[in-house]
Amino acid sequence: MNAHTGIGASILRKEDRRFITGKGNYVADIKRPDMAMGVFLRSPHAHAIIKAIHSNAAAAMPGVAAIFTGADLAADKVGGLPCAWGVSNADGTPMKEPPRSAMAVDKVRCVGDAVAFVIADTLEQAQEAAEAIDVDYEVLPAVVGVLDAIRPGTAAVFDEIPDNTCFDWECGDAKATAAAFRNAAHIAKISLVNNRLVGNPMEPRAAVAEYDAGRDHYTMWTTSQFPHVVKVLMGNFVLNIPQHKLRIVAPDVGGGFGVKQFLYAEEIVTTWASRKVNRPVKWVNGRSEGFLSDAHGRDHVSEAELALDENGKFLGLKVRTIANMGGYLSTFGPNIPTNLYGLLLAGVYTTPAIHCEVKGVFTNTVPVDAYRGAGRPEATFLLERLVDIAASEMKIDKAEIRRMNMIDASQYPYQTPVIVNYDSGDPKACLAKALEIADWNGFAKRKEDSKARGKLRGIGLCTYVEACGLAPSRIVQSLGARAGIFESATVRVHVTGDVTVLIGTHNHGQGHETTFAQIVSEKLSIPTDKIEIVFGDTDKVQFGLGTYGSRSLAVGGTALVKATDKIIAKGVKIAAHMLEAGEGDIVFENGAFAVQGTDRAKSFGEVVGAAYGLVNFPVDVLEPGMDEKAFYDPVNFTFPGGAHIAEVEIDPECGSVDLVSYVAVDDVGTVINPMIVAGQLHGGIAQGVGQALLENCVYDETSGQMLSASFMDYCMPRADNMPNMKIATHSTLCTHTSYGVKGCGEVGTIGSPATVINAVVDALVHLGVSHVDMPATPSRIWRIIHNRANQLRAAE
Amino acid sequence: MNVEISVNGKKIKADVAPSLLLSDFLRETLDLTGTHIGCDTSQCGACVVHVDGVSMKSCTLLTVSADGRSITTIEGLAKTAGADLHPMQEAFHLNHGLQCGFCTPGMIMSAVDFATQTPNPTEGDVRRWLEGNICRCTGYQNIVASVLAGAAAMQSRAGVSS
Repeated sequence: MNAHTGIGASILRKEDRRFITGKGNYVADIKRPDMAMGVFLRSPHAHAIIKAIHSNAAAAMPGVAAIFTGADLAADKVGGLPCAWGVSNADGTPMKEPPRSAMAVDKVRCVGDAVAFVIADTLEQAQEAAEAIDVDYEVLPAVVGVLDAIRPGTAAVFDEIPDNTCFDWECGDAKATAAAFRNAAHIAKISLVNNRLVGNPMEPRAAVAEYDAGRDHYTMWTTSQFPHVVKVLMGNFVLNIPQHKLRIVAPDVGGGFGVKQFLYAEEIVTTWASRKVNRPVKWVNGRSEGFLSDAHGRDHVSEAELALDENGKFLGLKVRTIANMGGYLSTFGPNIPTNLYGLLLAGVYTTPAIHCEVKGVFTNTVPVDAYRGAGRPEATFLLERLVDIAASEMKIDKAEIRRMNMIDASQYPYQTPVIVNYDSGDPKACLAKALEIADWNGFAKRKEDSKARGKLRGIGLCTYVEACGLAPSRIVQSLGARAGIFESATVRVHVTGDVTVLIGTHNHGQGHETTFAQIVSEKLSIPTDKIEIVFGDTDKVQFGLGTYGSRSLAVGGTALVKATDKIIAKGVKIAAHMLEAGEGDIVFENGAFAVQGTDRAKSFGEVVGAAYGLVNFPVDVLEPGMDEKAFYDPVNFTFPGGAHIAEVEIDPECGSVDLVSYVAVDDVGTVINPMIVAGQLHGGIAQGVGQALLENCVYDETSGQMLSASFMDYCMPRADNMPNMKIATHSTLCTHTSYGVKGCGEVGTIGSPATVINAVVDALVHLGVSHVDMPATPSRIWRIIHNRANQLRAAE
Repeated sequence: MNVEISVNGKKIKADVAPSLLLSDFLRETLDLTGTHIGCDTSQCGACVVHVDGVSMKSCTLLTVSADGRSITTIEGLAKTAGADLHPMQEAFHLNHGLQCGFCTPGMIMSAVDFATQTPNPTEGDVRRWLEGNICRCTGYQNIVASVLAGAAAMQSRAGVSS
């Protein structure tokens, strides 16, 4: 083998060429013969009864093939959208799980709810016909915010759920926590809002569906992170299409971030309608439409208290959160603010007693579900803000209060008081490295320099852990998951010794085509240009649960290693026969099967040649061919973590916050491709910085109209919002994945909101500011500065 | 309305609706799907092409307004450099300047125009210029590195040929 293309090599990405030359194949690029275009008519009201839908005139317009409504779906016995994760109330009873039709039948529950689907020869014809549909709505009062939703007398999103409460979940030990608080020398408190976000992958969602009447077979191309799950959920639970009659293809997908890991109403309706009109049907979301129909993220209101002893040691943590579920339950909605939130509240600390209560509530807003980090950024933000407040109040250095409460490397595996058991980690080492890279001790001088230029400088620190590698099925099923979350891979060695890998994860920017090839390169000692990674097509790939929760490498990669091990094991048997040696004497090293202690060997290519050519092959004891598959269910989550440090400069005259430096030291386990890992960190951090400083999904409290439904109103991070970040790793090895990998897709987004806001608060601490809600926009900061200045003047 | 437009060096004659956007003409009529649509308010820049060598958001142009002009899309960019890849395309590959690839064609087309106009750009110049191009994957760090490297490569190539 020539240049090293295995583990640890920053080789360039195999998938780049098609993207830089404009040859990517996204769903919106697909054309099929006789294809019609579909458009959804969406509700302009947040909450209304549908009295009547008048579509006859629209149906008669030029080019219109059909107009369908929720009543048509019901008449065809199309099922509702299933929720794949149920959680229980603290009293053991199940959550409320109201039905959700793919198009509204009698009532709309958020602006953007689909009301009708118009299919026409061209997009313009479908759009014009949609505008001509006349819907009689009886508008009802709407509820948007979680505190309003639980106020007695508020409008009920579902008539049968008058208190709008989906669940009252809890985790941890209430009694032990109460006892810890009784012994506290100090109690730090915080009330905060974790603002609603829209994930906004740059490619809008889309679907093309085609029914083949000759084969009684459906194909749907969709912008999905998990095509096999779409196939199971939509085929089995909604459209009653047998699995062998349904093919889902997720080709190149332009970013996901969780937004594309749900079964969506549009996928169902487009697929169903393709049979009704007996033509391929294409639907492409507009961006503004995406704001109203992509599942959203975050949206919590929380109160929390941290009990400390006189030295600053954490004794107990109490958290009460109200989480917005939106107008319906999305695929994983209930899991996000419960298991992926409460179970991470120990952070990297030895806090012995934790109790967390989460109330999930329905509102007249777009459903809320997983968005990059999903629950874990919310947990980290709350905990790390609270730790900073405690440090400030007790006058302890912010790094020191963290260090003195941290789990020591020697304490792993570490059982937290909130179910999860961390297998590995070394948070103190990450912290020490981050402090050094960021020159924590030199901050006072930089603050003085900023002051000389009229700027307020702040430094912020956050240490965190996350649970990813979703998911150990036994554990998550005990927490409400309604299926296993394993992964599978096939390694197909061709006659020539080249390799095709078929894997159930989905690459939509993460670089899997390169990273997975590096693993096979490492195992088989063949260069990555002889390895192709295939994903995203249920007719090609055996099965898989897709890509989310930083699971692809930890779970999919481990399945891939196991399948490759089977190839090697078979190769050993073939080589033993060829070399007339015992199997126990054969070793596979540097791409050759050798008789241990001799110079007798057969190359990988010779063994593969024998497996297909069947010359000098033990055909009476072995099957021909070299094609092996493995399914792998992880035994635990993986627990990446790290320490992030940011510095901001605030211009007190206009309130603008300039992020001037960002350092991230993360423990993502073994790094396969450092270039790709750094890229994942960069992007993840930018999304967290977006939440901290720029992004906010805003609804009008009275009408339920979204006020931020375009890129002109919702502030996406631009190049000049970001500094050059310094990325480093301090790896400990995961004890249960192949090569000890942990996952790196979400860490940036989990650590960064708290890091940035801690820096903003630090810059304003001289004004008595202890918390700033996100996003820290210039207007919000300007008001804080000027209100405080006025208060201080009045007090004088 | 009849238009005659040069697209990637090829003369195209077409009868188009007056309301047809250039982005839709490229994608739907000519099947040049490398030009992407990421928003509906001309904010994202995924649809940037060159019109007579100048970067423009093709979603803001009517096809009829391109009559008689010369359009280069991402599919035709390498040809303008007379190479397998344009130096800016190569720079994005060498510097991991893309992840999902959706914003990439617009980024590259925008960056080529920038580098043509700005001989020795600073990091700040690049970050300000990219105001009109949104990327959700990269945090921009490697895009900025790519544009700086691509600009340097374009300049050294220009130096060699002159």
